[in-house]
Amino acid sequence: MTAFPDLIPALPEIFLACAAMALLLIGVFRGDGATGLVCWLAVAALAATAVLLVAVVPEGRVETFEGQFVLDDFAIFMKLLAVLGTAVALVMSLGFIEREQMARFEYPVLFLFATLGMLMMISANDLISLYLGLELQSLSLYVIAAFRRDALRSSEAGLKYFVLGAVSSGMLLYGASMIYGFSGTTSFDGLADVAFTGAPPIGLVVGLVFVCAALAFKISAVPFHMWTPDVYEGAPTPVTAFFAAAPKVAAMALFVRVLVEPLGDLVAQWQQIIIVTSVLSMALGAFAAIAQRNIKRLMAYSSIGHVGFALVGLAAGSEDGVRGVLVYMAIYVAMSLGTFATILCMRVNGRMVESLDDLAGLSRTNPMLAFGMAIFMFSMAGIPPLAGFFAKLYVFMAAIQAQLYTLAVLGVVSSVVAAFYYLRIVKLMYFDEPTEAFDRPIERSMSTILVATGLFTALFFAYPGPLLDAASAAASAVFPEAAAPATQ
Amino acid sequence: MTWPLLSLVTFVPLAGAAIIFLIVRGPAEETATNARWMALWASLLTFVLSLFVWFNFDSSTPDFQFEEHMDWFPHLGIAYHVGVDGISMLFVLLCTLLTPLCILASWKIADRVKEYMIAFLILETMMIGMFCALDFVLFYVFFEGVLIPMFIIIGVWGSGSRRVYAAFKFFLFTLLGSVLMLLALLAIYLEVGTTDIPTLLIYHFPAGMQTWLWLAMFASFAVKVPMWPVHTWLPDAHVEAPTAGSVILAGVLLKMGGYGFLRFSIPMLPEATAEFTPLIYTLSVVAIIYTSLVAMAQEDMKKLIAYSSVAHMGFVTIGMFTLTTQGVQGSIYQMLSHGIVSGALFLCVGVVYDRLHTREIARFGGLVNNMPRYALVFMIFMLASVGLPGTSGFVGEFLSLLGAFLANTWVAALAAIGVILGAVYMLSLYRRVIFGKLVKEDLKLLKDLSAREIAVFAPLIAMVLWMGIYPGSFIEVMEVSVDHLIQNYQVALEQAGHATTIASR
Repeated sequence: MTAFPDLIPALPEIFLACAAMALLLIGVFRGDGATGLVCWLAVAALAATAVLLVAVVPEGRVETFEGQFVLDDFAIFMKLLAVLGTAVALVMSLGFIEREQMARFEYPVLFLFATLGMLMMISANDLISLYLGLELQSLSLYVIAAFRRDALRSSEAGLKYFVLGAVSSGMLLYGASMIYGFSGTTSFDGLADVAFTGAPPIGLVVGLVFVCAALAFKISAVPFHMWTPDVYEGAPTPVTAFFAAAPKVAAMALFVRVLVEPLGDLVAQWQQIIIVTSVLSMALGAFAAIAQRNIKRLMAYSSIGHVGFALVGLAAGSEDGVRGVLVYMAIYVAMSLGTFATILCMRVNGRMVESLDDLAGLSRTNPMLAFGMAIFMFSMAGIPPLAGFFAKLYVFMAAIQAQLYTLAVLGVVSSVVAAFYYLRIVKLMYFDEPTEAFDRPIERSMSTILVATGLFTALFFAYPGPLLDAASAAASAVFPEAAAPATQ
Repeated sequence: MTWPLLSLVTFVPLAGAAIIFLIVRGPAEETATNARWMALWASLLTFVLSLFVWFNFDSSTPDFQFEEHMDWFPHLGIAYHVGVDGISMLFVLLCTLLTPLCILASWKIADRVKEYMIAFLILETMMIGMFCALDFVLFYVFFEGVLIPMFIIIGVWGSGSRRVYAAFKFFLFTLLGSVLMLLALLAIYLEVGTTDIPTLLIYHFPAGMQTWLWLAMFASFAVKVPMWPVHTWLPDAHVEAPTAGSVILAGVLLKMGGYGFLRFSIPMLPEATAEFTPLIYTLSVVAIIYTSLVAMAQEDMKKLIAYSSVAHMGFVTIGMFTLTTQGVQGSIYQMLSHGIVSGALFLCVGVVYDRLHTREIARFGGLVNNMPRYALVFMIFMLASVGLPGTSGFVGEFLSLLGAFLANTWVAALAAIGVILGAVYMLSLYRRVIFGKLVKEDLKLLKDLSAREIAVFAPLIAMVLWMGIYPGSFIEVMEVSVDHLIQNYQVALEQAGHATTIASR
């Protein structure tokens, strides 16, 4: 009765799944001695996935697996970002896992499975496939967080993440079942077509609230952010870098798609939720970070703040808003990977240090590293001409367009507050006297990442076209109706 | 004119910074020397290039000249668009003149010379770019980009124990004002559909919107000027910054606020400007009198000059908002003059600070005995600051006050008190530092100005006297642009008045 599904749109996912399993086999047969090899093969697999994503570009929007799976420009943009983030995080891990006796072959394989889950999430077009992707991702991440199983903090981080993550998954399921119960369908297309006159059924709204809460947990937006600082601090540093980049992108993509496509008719309902979440995240990210002395914790609060800024774009609920979210996430991934690459270079006598004070006087002991970090910090604070400024420009433009003036004012004011702690890091590096110098030399792979992300952040203003083109195309993909009249 | 002259002027310093960053290395001593010379040559080249702008400038038209246009954010219609008119051209020259002098004045900096020179050259690019920008987003990028090098300069090479506090205060105060302007910028973009300044200048904004836009821009420019009561970052930043940093702060950064009012608030939002003029008058008069009184009580030379800057900028804002030919010309003139004079005064403080490492007024006295050349130089700038006829300070203050008399006698009368107070604190500063008996032992050992220091001061003295004796050569450059500005303002107000009378009928 059913035809064999069209596999072409899902080719990158299929390839990645096969590659992950093949690597698992290699690992099992060759043992932990092959971790380095497996890591590089995993990076190669991710690169191949990225190539497939670009090569298998469909014309417009393609659905397959009976509408469970969708591939459009939006999905490709976000998938590329997630794959790139994972690959960079994996490269950053290489030296670290060797040094810290974490070199077990499951590590890269788990990265691949998590990425597979992300790609599934981004392409989900049904509440069921959404849940499948989300769980595949989350379960892999729980294990990765606790990967350093002998360390108390790492295990604690993994457990905390798991327990709270399970609660959020429960909420998501509960919300999804409410939505199904009141609309009779789980398909995003079907949900988008559900017509109601007057006020939406209350059950649908309750379901929406639950789904929003669960997704807010995944992107660590206030008030569902509590896990973030502990997990960021406890997880091994390259894992934290990974958490800050790829899963955020995937969850944000899911958030955007779920709210805009199937629940687009409920915009009046979810907009309020997003506005409040966004304001709270920006404010908490700004104020709570001030008191932090541990750089990983600080980055956790910083990431909460950044999610708040990205949500400003979503709160606008417009195509320009979604474009703002996409641009913001792309630039954020670059800045955050660069920052974590710097943090990974913070080693004294072979031992990782994480306190802010360890950065003191870095501009004297290692000027290039300090210069790179300063670029990332000014960029995160949103100072032009660095990339972070343009990210904020786009989301606030959407907010003003949607006449969310209060949101915009609160947003820029909290960005000034946040500037304080980014500046404090610059102050530590440039104004203070040096303590102990960090170990040198920096690994070649790490310095490559630093230079690449640093150049992107510093010189984005010179040639912004390609990223903006891609983001515009991606944003118009989730607003098919809006795009159609525009072209006429 | 096929050469992208303005882009060259803007980016030659940046190229110099890149060369220093990438190429200059080697032993510490050698690196420092090379970085110094490279920075000096880059800034001198910039100055020479900017002279081409000056000589090829056509002062008979209010249009923008040397325009360059290039797509930047094609989706949004934001472009790299630069050009100068009679108002901004003079500020570009001010930047290009002051920067080489600053680099020369910082020759003795020994700590992290390479980074210092890079920071200054980047700062110069940002400043020039800001005055040349003809796109609001481009303007904003340069306007706020200035914060990064300045923050580093104050924090790293600052002298005082409170330099970190001062750097943060400077950064956060300015940033808070700027982000509100960013929202105004976005609102303007969404209203008009472009951020091209020449287009915005002829657009008529709805009256209700003007008020909000004006206030948002005011938040930014008032902090930069700085106007009372948001001036408190200035004394801190000045006191803690290295000498050259203070020169640039006083000479150029403060002018950004005034330039912003002239370029955006007044021509784009004429109705709101008319509505808020009393507010500007009040704040300016308070600034003039209050900060002059505060200046009298200062024990630190730099702090005294910093407060005098706030007072002098009060004249600028008064003159500007009278919207009379004399007032606006006077305010621009005052900004240029203040840029040179206050910069030079900070250099004068720097001279003795380099020798004695203190700026406390009471530590000095009787310097005329062993530093006669210094005493002469200091006197010229002190008198220019007071506004003695024949110096640049007189022309600006006189025209501003003249404009104020035409617009509002009370404001002029109160502002005139500030002139008297200014004379009091400047003369007393001079007396306490230069005159009297040379009794302190360590002062007797001080050497007079070196050749390098004379090379720094000579062009500034020449400028002060040129601007004071023959103001025509500068007034004629800005005249047409200023008339154009005022004319447009009055036409816009008449139209608005006309519209409201129709509406109220």
